[in-house]
This record gives sequence, structure tokens and C-alpha cells, in this order.
Amino acid sequence: MAPPAGSARDTDWDGVRLHIVTGKGGTGKTTVAAALALALAGQGRRVLLVEVEGRQGISQTFDVPPLSLTETRIAHAAHGGEVFGLSVDAKAALLEYLQLYYKLGRAGGMLEKFGAIDFATTIAPGVRDVLLTGKVYEAVRRRRDHRAKGPGAAPAYDAVVLDAPPTGRVARFLNVNHEVADLARVGPIRSQADSITAMLKSPRTVVHIVTLLEEMPVQETVDAIAELRAVGMPIGGVVVNQVREEILTMEVLELAARNAISREDVAADLARVHVRATDSIVDGLLLEARDHAERVTLERAEAEVVAGLGRPTYRLPSLPEGVDTNGIREMAETLTAQGMA
Amino acid sequence: MAPVLDTDALIGDPHTRIIVCCGAGGVGKTTTAAALGLRAAESGRRVVVLTIDPARRLAQSLGLTTLNNTPSPVTEVDTANGGSLDAMMLDMKRTFDEVVEAHSTPEKAEQILANPFYQAVSSSFAGTQEYMAMEKLGQLRLEADRDPDNPRWDLIIVDTPPSRSALDFLDAPKRLGSFLDGRFIRILAAPAKAGGRAYLKVFSAGVNIVTRALTKVLGGQMLNDVQTFVAALDTMFGGFRKRADHTFALLSDSSTTFIVVAAPERDALREAAYFVDRLDEEGMPLAGLVVNRMYRVSAPGLSAARALGAAEELGDEDNGGSSGGSSGGSSGGSERSAVTQGLLRMHAVQAEIADRHESLARRFIAGHPDIPMVEVPAASGDIHDLAGLRAVGNALAGR
Repeated sequence: MAPPAGSARDTDWDGVRLHIVTGKGGTGKTTVAAALALALAGQGRRVLLVEVEGRQGISQTFDVPPLSLTETRIAHAAHGGEVFGLSVDAKAALLEYLQLYYKLGRAGGMLEKFGAIDFATTIAPGVRDVLLTGKVYEAVRRRRDHRAKGPGAAPAYDAVVLDAPPTGRVARFLNVNHEVADLARVGPIRSQADSITAMLKSPRTVVHIVTLLEEMPVQETVDAIAELRAVGMPIGGVVVNQVREEILTMEVLELAARNAISREDVAADLARVHVRATDSIVDGLLLEARDHAERVTLERAEAEVVAGLGRPTYRLPSLPEGVDTNGIREMAETLTAQGMA
Repeated sequence: MAPVLDTDALIGDPHTRIIVCCGAGGVGKTTTAAALGLRAAESGRRVVVLTIDPARRLAQSLGLTTLNNTPSPVTEVDTANGGSLDAMMLDMKRTFDEVVEAHSTPEKAEQILANPFYQAVSSSFAGTQEYMAMEKLGQLRLEADRDPDNPRWDLIIVDTPPSRSALDFLDAPKRLGSFLDGRFIRILAAPAKAGGRAYLKVFSAGVNIVTRALTKVLGGQMLNDVQTFVAALDTMFGGFRKRADHTFALLSDSSTTFIVVAAPERDALREAAYFVDRLDEEGMPLAGLVVNRMYRVSAPGLSAARALGAAEELGDEDNGGSSGGSSGGSSGGSERSAVTQGLLRMHAVQAEIADRHESLARRFIAGHPDIPMVEVPAASGDIHDLAGLRAVGNALAGR
């Protein structure tokens, strides 16, 4: 199906082919990556969603069978859009790579038997990351028709979304070149790393960071941006996840914080609508309001830190029913509405 | 009803010497470890807490402002019961360097520390943090046992690295051990080692293929660095293997206990379930599950539905122009009712979250009915001082 005319709509990341999503553990980076993939697939596009840590987070998020080493369609989007999922495994990537570039044949099996594959994928520093990012690199560059050449040839995927390692490890993970530079000054691993780096640092790539309005995730966001900048990675947007709906007005929050809400008035109002206004319920409500005011104050302070980063910021509401497949679709719509995709 | 995890009984039992806190990233492992440590210290235990990656302000509250890789006392701990609390933050590379220095001659140590392959492995190998955490645990235990009559610590609490999965942490010692023991390392070490060469004769056809393939892929120079590294480290292999085995034995010992930490979210609880099963498979002693950040309402007698209904009724009455209700005042009753409506709506949202957390916890219990569990209510702010840790400690003790 041809993309409708609306596909020319500007988004904040036009021209970007690879969206890398990171965030502190527990911030929901996998669900945000999934929502972004769905949002990008709107307007009839083909999008690949990749995970590299073998956690099967994508299949759980979309409630589909565990992903294998081949790309599988996991969701449909508007106007015939499709999301494919892939769980990259370093060992399989290495064997595939060896087969593809060296036609090792029997030696491949021999390497496996002697523990060399395990060595390369778990212990040899950097090699694992080169293999994992290498697979992503290959997917971004692949053509829909593999015989087509030149810049005009249609890509296999309109966009690739990478559910990357968490903030604490992401700069090192993406800085593959540095990781192998001291070890492999020449040779195939080095040239592979060079090509990957060129793509990662090009305007076709951005790294988005997911955070909550809490101290540690925001601090890690600040740190990650500094680290990513230092290694020359292009920074994308900040996605603030699980934003609570503002229920109380500023005035009520201030009263609550000062403990200045009238007990008697609340009790009288409750009695008016026949709620049994016991002391424990009235005091409980006031205590909840004070705690809530305290949280809101903290969240405001963290929101200011996020605003100070000067990056495009997207806000995803907290989903009271938890995140299921419908929740992901809601999140995708919100991201689209806010111009992220 | 799931059995209750009695953390006071656990830290009060002198037989408990090591507590390992594990779970997914972002669930409050470090806070749990620090709170347990503080509570144990204030009840009279001599405690050391090994943290991996604490939040900045939590680290400051424990006096962990410098990374010196050795435990230092936490001040402002109540020592009236004769206990003490030391804390440290793991420095992965430094721990590895110390292992090298302790187990080789100064010349050899210098050679190893300067090797580019060693430098990469010690600072970035994906499993190094897990392995070094276990290495440090072994060291702390040795230090604790140095004087059995007057042990420096009688309880070690370990916070585990934020691994991408629970597997890494349990597998790290074995993985490094089996690598160091493996055939592959002997191939790499071969040119530098006569015994290795003799061994290799048997395999020479395969070895040639493997070496050629490796040279192709890694490049000759990297292979060279690896070989130098392996040769230099050769004398230490036995030691590595032995200590990895020793640590594994220490973890399975009855004086060790594991606490799995989770948050009331689907993913965190799924990881926790996986970890519980894995510990069981490995025969590791599991004390139970801590579910942090359980949302609780302060007015549990009022359901979410009733609160919403009441808020709507109040709104209808006010809009209906009724001037009745709470006592007069120039701005009228409707404004005061707006406050109450806000409180009721806020309560409804919070009660729904609390219900969801409760049902997630119940679902976990249904799958693991024998696992003792304790819930820690969500705090309204971040925890970054000893008072906050004491409050968490109280909650962990079910108080």
C-alpha cells in the first residue's frame, strides 16, 4: 500500500534511520522502544525493532512467541505499516559473519569446538559489541531488493529501532571503535568497527534516553548525555515515562504541603455525600495529599533538570492498567502526536 | 497467604554470615542492602556492606565519597548494641589489579598490568564486574575470618551488579573458570609453553585451522597480545579457578542467604520469579523476596470506586447551585468542596495503583506459594540518608 499524502508530515527526526533507545533499568526503555517502533511504522512503513541482550523483552511486550534469530513480523500499524522483531545473539552473529565473509566452512565448527566462539563472544573485549552493533548496521543498510544498488534503492526497513543496553553501559556499547582500537589496529574486526562507527555517528542515527521524574533516572540521563557527547554520538530526545496525571490544582497542593486543608470541611463534605467520614479516612486523605504534594515537588525539580538539558522532550502518561499491547499502541499515538515519529 | 520473610530473624541469627541481594536493575537492591546493613549494625552485628553502583546521594549518606575499594566506617550509626557498619563501593579494575599483584611476582605483575588485552578485559569485559564482586566477597570473608575470636565483621551484605539477567551473576565465576581451564586457552598459550605444545601435538591439525581462522578474524596483532597475556597470567590460572570454585562453594553454604529484590511491576517480578527458580536449581539458599515500592493508601477504608462516586456527587451538588453543605463563608461551600473533590479523585487514582500492586504481588505468590515475602511501601521521596534507611529497615522487619 502506498503511503498516504500525510506521510510528508514533519517529525522531529526526519531523515533518521536508526533510533537507539536507552535509559536506566526500570524506566521502561523496552516499552518505549516498542512504542516508538509502532509509531514509526504508522503511515505504512516497515520498521525493525532489535534487542541485543537476549532478554526477550520485545516478545513479552508484544505478547508474541520468543523471537528467534530471524526477523519476524510482530505487529501491524496504520496504513499497512509493519513492525518486525529481532533478538540478536552474538554467537549466531559471529558464525553468520564468519560464513559470510570468510567461508570458513569446517573451521567454523572447529572454532566452536575449541571454545574460540565462546571466547570471542563472551571474553574478548569489544568483539561482542562489534558483532551486535554490526548486525544492526547490516539491517540499517540492507536493501529491499538485494540486487539494487545506489542511493536511490529502497531500503529493507524504513527505520530500525534498537533497544540498547541501559544508560550505565550504553556509551561503551556504542563506542565500538574505541573498544577494539587498542586491540585490533588492523584486520577485519577493525575495519568492521570503523564502518559501524561511521554510521552510528552520522546524522542518520540518534540516541533517545528514557527517564522517570525521579532522582536516579534523571541523574543517569544527565550522565549518559555527557558520556555520549564525549564519544561523539548524536543525542536524540528525552522521553519522560510514566508521567502522573495532575489531579490536584497548585492551590490545593500548596495547602496540602502546608498541612492547611481544613479537616472539618473535608469531613463535612464527605458526610454530605454519605461517605463514612471516620477519623482514619479523613486523616488518611490528608496524609495522602501531603505525600502527593511532596512527590509533585520532587517531580517538578527533576522536570526542571530535564528541561535544562535542552533536548526535545516527550511525555508519556502513566498507564493505570499497566503496559499491555493496547498500552503500547496508546503510547505510540502519544509519541506521534508529540512529533517524535 | 505466603509465609512472611522475617528479616529481623535473618539478621539476628549469628549463623547468617553473608546476605546477597539480587534482582533486576532499578528495583532498589542497593537501598535494601544498605537498610538491612544499618538495621543489623544497630542491633549489634558487625556489618560490612559491599555496594556495586549506588545512587550518588545514597553513597554520600554512607560516607562513600571516594572510590578506594576498601571498607570504611559509616558514621552516625547507633552503636549502643555493640555493632558497627562499614561500607564500600566496588572498584572493578582495582580489584582485578590487586588479584594480579597478590598472586604474581612484581615483575610479572607489571608485565600483566601493562598488557593492552589485560587492560581491556579488566575494565570492560562484560562479566568482569560480576566476577570481581565475587572476588571481593571472598576477600572480605577472608578478612572477616582472620581473627576468629574477634572477627572484624560477622555479617557481609552484598549488593549484586545490575546484570542484564540474573544468570550473569551466578555464572560469572564458572564462566571465567571454565575459560581459564579450557582447551582454547592452551592453544593460545601454546607458543610460549612447552607443555602446551606437547598437548597440542594431538590436536595439531585442528589447531592449525583454528589459529589461521583466528588470525584472519582478530588480526595477528590482537592474537599476539592475547598470547602474551595468557602466558603472563599462566601461573595464576590455578589460583583463579580455585578461588572461583571457593566463592561458588561460599555462596551455596548454609551461612549464606539470598534475598531477591523486586518492584511491583510485571517485568521486575518476572525477573524475580526467574531468579527464584534459578537459585532453587543451583541449590542456593534463598531467604525470600522483598517487594519494594509497594504503593499503599493511607485511607484504605475507602475504595477507588466509592471515592470517585463521592467526588462526582459533590460536583453535581455544587453545580446544582446548592448552597448547603459545609459551613458558610463568603466564597461559599463549592470552593471547599473542590478541595474535597480533588482529594477524593487523587485517592481513587492512588487506590487503583495500590490495588494493581497488590494483585501483581498476589500473582507472584500464586506461582511461588512457599517463598517468604515482605513488602516495603513506596516512600514519597528518594532515600538518601540514614533516617530514610532506618525507615526502610523498619518496613523490611514488618514494622
